[in-house]
Amino acid sequence: MVESVRTAPGRLRRMPARVRTIVSFTLILMVLAVLWESYKWLGQTTGGVWPGTDIGLPVRTNNRAMPHLWDIVAALFRPARRGGDEVLLITLLRAGLFTLRSAFTGFVFGSAFGFFLAIWFTRSSLAERGLMPYVVASQTVPLIAIAPMVVIWGGQAGLPTWLSVAVISSYLSFFPVAINALRGLRSPPATATELMKSYAATPNEVLTKLQMPAALPFLFPALKIAATASVIGAIIGELPAGLSVGLGRALLSFASSFSSAPEKLFGAVFVAALLGLSFVGLVALAERRLIPATRRVSHDPEIAALAAGGTG
Amino acid sequence: MTTNRLRRAFPAIVVFAGGILFWETIVRVFDIKGFLLPAPSAIISAFPAEWAELRPAAVGTFTSALAGLTLGTTLAIVAAVGAVRWPMAREGAMPLAITANSTPIIVLAPVANAWFGLLSPWSTIVVIAVLVFFPVMINLVRGLMSTDAAELELMASYAATRRTTLWKLQLPGALPYMFSALKVAAALSLIGAIVKEYFGGSQSRLGQYITLKAGNFQFEEVWTAIVLAALFGIGLYVLITLVEKKFMSWHVSVRAAQI
Amino acid sequence: MTEAAMTLGNVSMVFDADGGSVHALEGVSLDIRDGELLSLIGPSGCGKSTLLRLLGDLLVATSGSVTVRGKSAEQARLDRDYGMVFQAATLLEWRRVAANVELPLEIMGVEPAERKRRAAEMLDLVGLGQFAEHYPWQLSGGMQQRVSIARALVFHPSILLMDEPFGALDEMTRERMQMELLGIQEKTGTTIVFVTHSIPEAAFLSDRVAVMSRRPGRITEVIDIDLAQPRVFDTREDPDFFAAVTQVRESLRSIEEAT
Repeated sequence: MVESVRTAPGRLRRMPARVRTIVSFTLILMVLAVLWESYKWLGQTTGGVWPGTDIGLPVRTNNRAMPHLWDIVAALFRPARRGGDEVLLITLLRAGLFTLRSAFTGFVFGSAFGFFLAIWFTRSSLAERGLMPYVVASQTVPLIAIAPMVVIWGGQAGLPTWLSVAVISSYLSFFPVAINALRGLRSPPATATELMKSYAATPNEVLTKLQMPAALPFLFPALKIAATASVIGAIIGELPAGLSVGLGRALLSFASSFSSAPEKLFGAVFVAALLGLSFVGLVALAERRLIPATRRVSHDPEIAALAAGGTG
Repeated sequence: MTTNRLRRAFPAIVVFAGGILFWETIVRVFDIKGFLLPAPSAIISAFPAEWAELRPAAVGTFTSALAGLTLGTTLAIVAAVGAVRWPMAREGAMPLAITANSTPIIVLAPVANAWFGLLSPWSTIVVIAVLVFFPVMINLVRGLMSTDAAELELMASYAATRRTTLWKLQLPGALPYMFSALKVAAALSLIGAIVKEYFGGSQSRLGQYITLKAGNFQFEEVWTAIVLAALFGIGLYVLITLVEKKFMSWHVSVRAAQI
Repeated sequence: MTEAAMTLGNVSMVFDADGGSVHALEGVSLDIRDGELLSLIGPSGCGKSTLLRLLGDLLVATSGSVTVRGKSAEQARLDRDYGMVFQAATLLEWRRVAANVELPLEIMGVEPAERKRRAAEMLDLVGLGQFAEHYPWQLSGGMQQRVSIARALVFHPSILLMDEPFGALDEMTRERMQMELLGIQEKTGTTIVFVTHSIPEAAFLSDRVAVMSRRPGRITEVIDIDLAQPRVFDTREDPDFFAAVTQVRESLRSIEEAT
């Protein structure tokens, strides 16, 4: 027994990296599930206090606050509405797709805008000094406060609500792309720029042949962050938009019906997480196809910059 | 030095002044309705009347944001140091953290209301702490792992203990990662607080204030809250940048900024 | 052989820096003869690299003139008269070796078939014909630098500007590269300006060595190197070579004593 426990990590280590990630990941998810259920069991048996004390547990463990995991899964496959024949999972996925449309549109426009800003900043230091502080400050503005106004503006301009939500979503996604693209476009060493100058290359040639290819590895980590950000932005945008569909709507209505059907809210949370993950997964897949392993930089924009700074 | 800095900041100042002026002008010239876009002057003049309601709401929201930020960052530091100390934990925890960070964590807001109680301050603080935890932890682990082999060998040659290596080598090396994560986390904490408050809770909070005023189409009042929240966010960002400059005067990013 | 390829007329260079200005070069006058290899040598920070960049129109002199066969340096750059090689090979990591060599031709609008042919020819010249389809990271430092030389020569520039091109290579590779460079120059007749801080390298390669003083950089002496042509591996053991090395060293030392 002891022997097998000792070799387990060794065996784990000998697996190919991707298999190892999946295995350790599954293990962790299982551990989390066990923790959830045993915490719930502990609370139920002690009446909501730490054993042997009268200190209360931080989270209530009744079936309302913490439904059994199997109850949540079962709820996903029961009709969403009494008497309806569409199961909750389908309803939620439909809502998710609606949100994804806004998120994806916001992602595309936001990233394009961020990239455009970055190119502009590399060409004009005046533009950078004038606008960069506001690019940073833009992210401190509470999105949910401007969301209703954006929806009203969109309505006045004749835009469908989902498109206004996309605009709100792009407000979050443009930022990481702008910051990282700027770093990426600036990543070639000074000598590479001098080389291009010695060939009498035009600014557009410098951009397409030197700066953009150099920026690609920086761009993908930013796009992954932008993907999550655009989903967050779309959900936040939907909250005050008064839509009758979408994940934001589902979260709001299931939050208000929480006391009668808590599993539905957890189901919506689950689908929202799934949405974010699959979007990021798609971007990661694109990265894997487009960028050779030797050029990939790590996930985070700041780290990407620091890592590249070291190799320049 | 100061004149130089002023000269560098000049375009930003011009953009600010020009932007406000442009905003005011188009609202007046095109006679844009207040519910579409209130003029800056209208927003400013809304402050005095709203202050009595706005001040406690802002204090409540900012306190939650700071408390959540502090809790989340502290937990993230502990988790990151643990993850670096025990490689097995790291191999499992990092993919999980990266995955969690790819999900819209903010959707936990209504769940937290159910768990900790609608009126409990913890329901807001915990959501913000979770929100902040993942980016800070991920960045910090990467920062702590960024020390190169030669530096570790140097410490080993001094027969340094694990703790000394952590304090003298790994933590200082991780500071740049830490500060950049903190800047992201500061913005997250504020957004998180206001979105969480949108899902309900104490009435005297910015999230509730915004919901209420937006529902009544009182957008001048909504804008006072936006301005206040943005000022707080910028203040937090500037504060972190100042601390960063103080602690990392040796680092390229700070040196480059000073030229 | 005695016609001037480039002329520097009383060139001075002042950089603006935080809290004052840096006088990098002062009153530099020099004729560079057609087809010669001229080395620039001097203490670090003396402005050798600045001078090279002025010749290549990567920087513009504060005062004085740089002419290339009667043209301005800028016109010469626009006419693609310059090939450049730096200490770092500066290959684009996303392009294969052949594509790196083709880069300047691509920018100059040469047909794809012709580009391919000329890149292959150049790679053969530097002995890397079989590595055309490799990526830069698959090559050693010396091989990368040879690719960089092939790239500099592929469009047949009349002048090759080299900034410590072999500075990062080990001694063995360095000596081999020096031989190769001379071989290439013999075949192409290119005028070469070569920045170095190695006395033996300057003595071995050059027709003339321009010795520079500390900042503000001036040319204190131009030494003719009278070594038999072509230079071969055994030249380094020739008493004349030692004499040349000594002459350059003495000249450099007299600067040290003067300051």
